[in-house]
Amino acid sequence: MGVMKRMSGILQAKTNKLLDKAEDPRESLDLSYQKLQENLQKVRRSVADVTTAKKRIELQAAQLQGQADKLQQQAKDALGQDREDLAREALARRAALGPQLAELQTQHQQVADQEQKLITTAQNLQLQVDAFRMKKETMKATYTAAEAQTKIGEAVSGISESMGDAGMSVQRAQEKIDSMQARAGAMDELLASGALTDLTNPVDDIQAQLDQVSTTNAVDADLAALKAELGAASPAQLGTAESAAADTTEPLA
Amino acid sequence: MIVRILGEGQYEVAEDDRNGIHALESELNDAVESDNDDQFVAALAAVIEEVRRVGTPLAADTFASSDRVLPFSDSTLDETKALLAEPGADDD
Repeated sequence: MGVMKRMSGILQAKTNKLLDKAEDPRESLDLSYQKLQENLQKVRRSVADVTTAKKRIELQAAQLQGQADKLQQQAKDALGQDREDLAREALARRAALGPQLAELQTQHQQVADQEQKLITTAQNLQLQVDAFRMKKETMKATYTAAEAQTKIGEAVSGISESMGDAGMSVQRAQEKIDSMQARAGAMDELLASGALTDLTNPVDDIQAQLDQVSTTNAVDADLAALKAELGAASPAQLGTAESAAADTTEPLA
Repeated sequence: MIVRILGEGQYEVAEDDRNGIHALESELNDAVESDNDDQFVAALAAVIEEVRRVGTPLAADTFASSDRVLPFSDSTLDETKALLAEPGADDD
Protein backbone atom coordinates (compact mmCIF):
# COMPACT_ATOMS: atom_id res chain seq x y z
CA MET A 1 0.00 0.00 0.00
CA GLY A 2 1.24 3.45 -0.90
CA VAL A 3 2.42 6.09 1.53
CA MET A 4 -0.57 8.35 0.89
CA LYS A 5 -3.11 5.62 1.57
CA ARG A 6 -1.29 4.47 4.70
CA MET A 7 -1.13 8.06 5.97
CA SER A 8 -4.85 8.30 5.40
CA GLY A 9 -5.37 5.20 7.55
CA ILE A 10 -3.22 6.65 10.34
CA LEU A 11 -5.10 9.93 10.32
CA GLN A 12 -8.36 8.00 10.33
CA ALA A 13 -7.23 5.98 13.35
CA LYS A 14 -6.34 9.18 15.22
CA THR A 15 -9.65 10.66 14.20
CA ASN A 16 -11.65 7.73 15.50
CA LYS A 17 -9.93 8.08 18.84
CA LEU A 18 -10.88 11.77 18.94
CA LEU A 19 -14.50 11.06 18.39
CA ASP A 20 -16.79 9.50 20.94
CA LYS A 21 -19.55 7.84 19.06
CA ALA A 22 -22.77 9.43 20.16
CA GLU A 23 -25.98 7.40 20.21
CA ASP A 24 -27.92 9.97 18.22
CA PRO A 25 -26.06 11.21 15.11
CA ARG A 26 -27.51 14.66 15.81
CA GLU A 27 -25.81 14.67 19.17
CA SER A 28 -22.52 13.86 17.52
CA LEU A 29 -22.81 17.15 15.65
CA ASP A 30 -22.87 19.13 18.88
CA LEU A 31 -20.13 16.98 20.31
CA SER A 32 -17.95 17.53 17.24
CA TYR A 33 -18.58 21.24 17.35
CA GLN A 34 -17.52 21.38 20.97
CA LYS A 35 -14.38 19.41 20.20
CA LEU A 36 -13.65 21.62 17.23
CA GLN A 37 -13.70 24.68 19.46
CA GLU A 38 -11.42 23.02 22.01
CA ASN A 39 -9.14 22.06 19.17
CA LEU A 40 -8.98 25.64 17.95
CA GLN A 41 -8.04 26.83 21.43
CA LYS A 42 -5.27 24.25 21.53
CA VAL A 43 -3.87 25.43 18.21
CA ARG A 44 -3.99 29.05 19.38
CA ARG A 45 -2.10 28.19 22.57
CA SER A 46 0.47 26.40 20.46
CA VAL A 47 0.88 29.47 18.24
CA ALA A 48 1.57 31.48 21.41
CA ASP A 49 4.17 28.90 22.54
CA VAL A 50 5.94 28.99 19.20
CA THR A 51 5.93 32.79 19.19
CA THR A 52 7.51 32.80 22.66
CA ALA A 53 10.21 30.40 21.50
CA LYS A 54 10.86 32.61 18.48
CA LYS A 55 11.20 35.73 20.65
CA ARG A 56 13.68 33.96 22.89
CA ILE A 57 15.86 33.11 19.91
CA GLU A 58 15.59 36.70 18.65
CA LEU A 59 16.71 37.99 22.02
CA GLN A 60 19.72 35.69 22.09
CA ALA A 61 20.64 36.59 18.53
CA ALA A 62 20.42 40.31 19.39
CA GLN A 63 22.74 39.80 22.37
CA LEU A 64 25.27 37.89 20.29
CA GLN A 65 25.06 40.41 17.47
CA GLY A 66 25.62 43.23 19.96
CA GLN A 67 28.79 41.51 21.11
CA ALA A 68 29.95 40.98 17.54
CA ASP A 69 29.35 44.67 16.75
CA LYS A 70 31.24 45.73 19.83
CA LEU A 71 34.25 43.59 18.90
CA GLN A 72 34.14 45.10 15.41
CA GLN A 73 34.24 48.59 16.93
CA GLN A 74 37.10 47.58 19.20
CA ALA A 75 39.04 46.32 16.18
CA LYS A 76 38.51 49.69 14.51
CA ASP A 77 39.60 51.59 17.61
CA ALA A 78 42.68 49.41 17.94
CA LEU A 79 43.69 50.06 14.33
CA GLY A 80 43.14 53.77 14.91
CA GLN A 81 45.64 53.51 17.72
CA ASP A 82 48.10 51.52 15.64
CA ARG A 83 47.53 48.35 17.64
CA GLU A 84 47.11 45.82 14.88
CA ASP A 85 47.70 42.98 17.33
CA LEU A 86 44.67 44.03 19.37
CA ALA A 87 42.57 44.54 16.25
CA ARG A 88 43.46 41.03 15.12
CA GLU A 89 42.47 39.57 18.50
CA ALA A 90 39.13 41.42 18.48
CA LEU A 91 38.34 40.23 14.94
CA ALA A 92 39.28 36.65 15.83
CA ARG A 93 36.86 36.68 18.73
CA ARG A 94 34.20 38.20 16.53
CA ALA A 95 34.68 35.42 13.98
CA ALA A 96 34.25 32.84 16.76
CA LEU A 97 30.73 34.16 17.40
CA GLY A 98 29.79 33.56 13.74
CA PRO A 99 28.80 29.88 13.94
CA GLN A 100 26.65 30.51 17.00
CA LEU A 101 24.85 33.34 15.23
CA ALA A 102 24.33 31.14 12.15
CA GLU A 103 22.91 28.36 14.33
CA LEU A 104 20.47 30.80 15.92
CA GLN A 105 19.41 32.04 12.51
CA THR A 106 18.66 28.48 11.37
CA GLN A 107 16.63 27.83 14.49
CA HIS A 108 14.81 31.10 14.02
CA GLN A 109 13.85 30.14 10.48
CA GLN A 110 12.53 26.77 11.64
CA VAL A 111 10.47 28.26 14.43
CA ALA A 112 9.13 30.98 12.13
CA ASP A 113 8.05 28.28 9.64
CA GLN A 114 6.25 26.37 12.39
CA GLU A 115 4.60 29.57 13.53
CA GLN A 116 3.36 30.32 10.02
CA LYS A 117 1.99 26.80 9.56
CA LEU A 118 0.16 26.90 12.87
CA ILE A 119 -1.30 30.32 12.12
CA THR A 120 -2.63 28.92 8.83
CA THR A 121 -4.00 25.87 10.68
CA ALA A 122 -5.73 28.16 13.20
CA GLN A 123 -7.22 30.28 10.41
CA ASN A 124 -8.51 27.22 8.55
CA LEU A 125 -9.98 25.76 11.72
CA GLN A 126 -11.67 29.05 12.55
CA LEU A 127 -13.31 29.03 9.11
CA GLN A 128 -14.46 25.46 9.71
CA VAL A 129 -15.78 26.25 13.18
CA ASP A 130 -17.89 29.07 11.73
CA ALA A 131 -19.09 26.96 8.81
CA PHE A 132 -19.82 23.94 10.98
CA ARG A 133 -21.84 25.98 13.48
CA MET A 134 -24.30 26.92 10.74
CA LYS A 135 -24.21 23.61 8.95
CA LYS A 136 -24.96 21.51 12.00
CA GLU A 137 -28.20 23.37 12.73
CA THR A 138 -29.27 23.03 9.10
CA MET A 139 -28.46 19.34 9.18
CA LYS A 140 -30.35 18.77 12.39
CA ALA A 141 -33.42 20.52 10.99
CA THR A 142 -33.33 19.01 7.50
CA TYR A 143 -32.39 15.39 7.70
CA THR A 144 -34.65 12.56 8.65
CA ALA A 145 -33.22 10.08 11.08
CA ALA A 146 -32.20 7.74 8.26
CA GLU A 147 -30.47 10.45 6.22
CA ALA A 148 -28.86 11.84 9.31
CA GLN A 149 -27.15 8.55 9.93
CA THR A 150 -25.04 8.75 6.79
CA LYS A 151 -24.88 12.47 6.02
CA ILE A 152 -24.03 13.53 9.52
CA GLY A 153 -21.62 10.66 9.80
CA GLU A 154 -19.73 11.95 6.76
CA ALA A 155 -19.63 15.51 8.02
CA VAL A 156 -18.48 14.42 11.45
CA SER A 157 -15.74 12.23 9.97
CA GLY A 158 -14.60 15.12 7.82
CA ILE A 159 -14.49 17.57 10.68
CA SER A 160 -12.74 15.02 12.89
CA GLU A 161 -10.08 14.56 10.24
CA SER A 162 -9.40 18.30 10.30
CA MET A 163 -9.04 18.07 14.06
CA GLY A 164 -6.71 15.12 13.70
CA ASP A 165 -4.57 17.13 11.27
CA ALA A 166 -4.57 20.15 13.61
CA GLY A 167 -3.65 17.91 16.53
CA MET A 168 -0.70 16.52 14.61
CA SER A 169 0.41 20.03 13.64
CA VAL A 170 0.33 21.10 17.28
CA GLN A 171 2.24 18.03 18.41
CA ARG A 172 4.84 18.56 15.72
CA ALA A 173 5.35 22.20 16.66
CA GLN A 174 5.66 21.23 20.31
CA GLU A 175 8.31 18.61 19.53
CA LYS A 176 10.31 21.17 17.55
CA ILE A 177 10.10 23.68 20.38
CA ASP A 178 11.12 21.06 22.95
CA SER A 179 14.21 20.07 21.00
CA MET A 180 15.12 23.74 20.69
CA GLN A 181 14.51 24.56 24.36
CA ALA A 182 17.49 22.50 25.50
CA ARG A 183 19.84 24.28 23.11
CA ALA A 184 18.33 27.67 23.91
CA GLY A 185 18.80 26.95 27.62
CA ALA A 186 22.46 26.11 27.05
CA MET A 187 22.92 29.36 25.12
CA ASP A 188 21.20 31.35 27.89
CA GLU A 189 23.55 29.81 30.43
CA LEU A 190 26.52 30.63 28.25
CA LEU A 191 25.38 34.23 27.91
CA ALA A 192 24.59 34.52 31.63
CA SER A 193 27.82 32.87 32.82
CA GLY A 194 29.83 35.51 31.00
CA ALA A 195 31.69 32.98 28.89
CA LEU A 196 30.61 35.05 25.91
CA THR A 197 30.03 38.44 27.51
CA ASP A 198 33.52 38.49 29.03
CA LEU A 199 34.88 39.04 25.55
CA THR A 200 33.19 42.39 25.31
CA ASN A 201 32.86 43.33 28.94
CA PRO A 202 33.71 47.03 29.40
CA VAL A 203 36.71 45.97 31.47
CA ASP A 204 37.75 43.13 29.18
CA ASP A 205 41.37 42.74 28.22
CA ILE A 206 41.08 44.24 24.74
CA GLN A 207 39.23 47.24 26.08
CA ALA A 208 41.73 47.60 28.95
CA GLN A 209 44.62 47.69 26.51
CA LEU A 210 42.81 50.11 24.24
CA ASP A 211 42.07 52.33 27.22
CA GLN A 212 45.71 52.20 28.23
CA VAL A 213 46.80 53.23 24.75
CA SER A 214 44.30 56.09 24.89
CA THR A 215 45.63 57.19 28.28
CA THR A 216 49.23 57.09 27.06
CA ASN A 217 48.26 59.12 24.00
CA ALA A 218 46.46 61.64 26.19
CA VAL A 219 49.50 61.99 28.46
CA ASP A 220 51.72 62.47 25.42
CA ALA A 221 49.42 65.22 24.21
CA ASP A 222 49.42 66.89 27.64
CA LEU A 223 53.17 66.69 27.69
CA ALA A 224 53.46 68.30 24.32
CA ALA A 225 51.06 71.04 25.40
CA LEU A 226 53.05 71.71 28.55
CA LYS A 227 56.29 71.83 26.62
CA ALA A 228 54.78 74.30 24.20
CA GLU A 229 53.50 76.41 27.11
CA LEU A 230 56.92 76.49 28.80
CA GLY A 231 58.61 77.29 25.52
CA ALA A 232 56.27 80.25 24.95
CA ALA A 233 56.64 81.57 28.53
CA SER A 234 60.47 81.61 28.48
CA PRO A 235 61.58 82.75 25.07
CA ALA A 236 65.00 83.67 26.61
CA GLN A 237 65.66 80.05 27.47
CA LEU A 238 64.69 78.89 24.04
CA GLY A 239 67.71 76.71 23.64
CA THR A 240 67.12 74.75 26.87
CA ALA A 241 63.33 74.81 26.85
CA GLU A 242 63.04 71.27 25.65
CA SER A 243 65.14 69.72 28.40
CA ALA A 244 63.57 72.00 31.00
CA ALA A 245 60.09 70.93 29.94
CA ALA A 246 61.08 67.32 30.12
CA ASP A 247 62.42 67.78 33.66
CA THR A 248 59.35 69.68 34.82
CA THR A 249 56.83 67.23 33.51
CA GLU A 250 58.64 64.10 34.53
CA PRO A 251 56.76 63.57 37.79
CA LEU A 252 53.47 63.84 35.94
CA ALA A 253 54.21 60.96 33.67
CA MET B 1 -10.48 12.02 -5.02
CA ILE B 2 -9.84 14.18 -1.95
CA VAL B 3 -6.22 14.64 -0.93
CA ARG B 4 -5.15 16.20 2.34
CA ILE B 5 -1.74 17.76 2.81
CA LEU B 6 -1.08 17.67 6.56
CA GLY B 7 -0.88 21.13 8.08
CA GLU B 8 -2.29 22.67 4.93
CA GLY B 9 -5.75 21.38 4.04
CA GLN B 10 -7.74 19.32 1.56
CA TYR B 11 -7.84 19.39 -2.22
CA GLU B 12 -10.34 17.87 -4.63
CA VAL B 13 -8.47 16.19 -7.46
CA ALA B 14 -10.38 15.46 -10.67
CA GLU B 15 -10.47 11.95 -12.11
CA ASP B 16 -8.26 12.94 -15.06
CA ASP B 17 -5.52 14.27 -12.82
CA ARG B 18 -5.17 11.20 -10.64
CA ASN B 19 -2.67 9.41 -12.84
CA GLY B 20 -0.14 12.22 -12.62
CA ILE B 21 -0.34 12.12 -8.86
CA HIS B 22 -0.13 8.34 -8.70
CA ALA B 23 3.01 8.41 -10.86
CA LEU B 24 4.65 10.92 -8.51
CA GLU B 25 3.48 8.95 -5.49
CA SER B 26 5.29 5.82 -6.63
CA GLU B 27 8.49 7.87 -6.55
CA LEU B 28 7.62 8.78 -2.96
CA ASN B 29 6.92 5.13 -2.10
CA ASP B 30 10.27 4.11 -3.59
CA ALA B 31 12.05 6.74 -1.51
CA VAL B 32 10.48 5.45 1.71
CA GLU B 33 11.22 1.83 0.84
CA SER B 34 14.80 2.46 -0.18
CA ASP B 35 15.30 4.81 2.78
CA ASN B 36 16.63 7.56 0.51
CA ASP B 37 16.38 10.93 2.24
CA ASP B 38 17.16 13.15 -0.76
CA GLN B 39 14.80 11.23 -3.02
CA PHE B 40 12.09 11.48 -0.37
CA VAL B 41 12.38 15.26 -0.01
CA ALA B 42 12.34 15.74 -3.78
CA ALA B 43 9.45 13.30 -4.36
CA LEU B 44 7.36 14.78 -1.55
CA ALA B 45 7.87 18.29 -2.93
CA ALA B 46 6.92 17.09 -6.43
CA VAL B 47 3.72 15.33 -5.42
CA ILE B 48 2.63 18.21 -3.16
CA GLU B 49 3.28 20.68 -5.95
CA GLU B 50 1.20 18.56 -8.33
CA VAL B 51 -1.70 18.31 -5.85
CA ARG B 52 -1.67 22.07 -5.35
CA ARG B 53 -1.45 22.61 -9.11
CA VAL B 54 -4.26 20.34 -10.29
CA GLY B 55 -6.37 20.27 -7.13
CA THR B 56 -9.06 22.65 -6.00
CA PRO B 57 -8.89 23.61 -2.32
CA LEU B 58 -11.94 22.31 -0.50
CA ALA B 59 -14.23 25.04 0.82
CA ALA B 60 -14.27 25.51 4.59
CA ASP B 61 -17.87 24.32 4.79
CA THR B 62 -17.15 21.03 3.01
CA PHE B 63 -16.67 18.38 5.64
CA ALA B 64 -15.34 15.30 3.94
CA SER B 65 -12.86 12.54 4.71
CA SER B 66 -9.77 12.35 2.55
CA ASP B 67 -8.97 9.43 0.27
CA ARG B 68 -5.25 10.14 0.40
CA VAL B 69 -3.09 12.00 2.91
CA LEU B 70 0.31 13.56 2.32
CA PRO B 71 2.84 14.30 5.09
CA PHE B 72 3.65 17.87 6.14
CA SER B 73 5.33 19.67 3.26
CA ASP B 74 8.60 20.03 5.21
CA SER B 75 8.61 16.51 6.62
CA THR B 76 11.82 14.51 6.78
CA LEU B 77 12.02 10.85 5.84
CA ASP B 78 12.67 9.86 9.47
CA GLU B 79 9.65 11.80 10.66
CA THR B 80 7.45 10.21 8.03
CA LYS B 81 8.71 6.72 8.81
CA ALA B 82 7.92 7.29 12.48
CA LEU B 83 4.43 8.39 11.50
CA LEU B 84 3.94 5.41 9.23
CA ALA B 85 4.82 3.13 12.14
CA GLU B 86 1.80 4.38 14.08
CA PRO B 87 -1.38 2.35 14.29
CA GLY B 88 -3.79 2.56 11.40
CA ALA B 89 -1.31 2.47 8.53
CA ASP B 90 -2.45 -0.91 7.30
CA ASP B 91 -6.14 -0.45 7.89
CA ASP B 92 -8.23 0.17 4.88
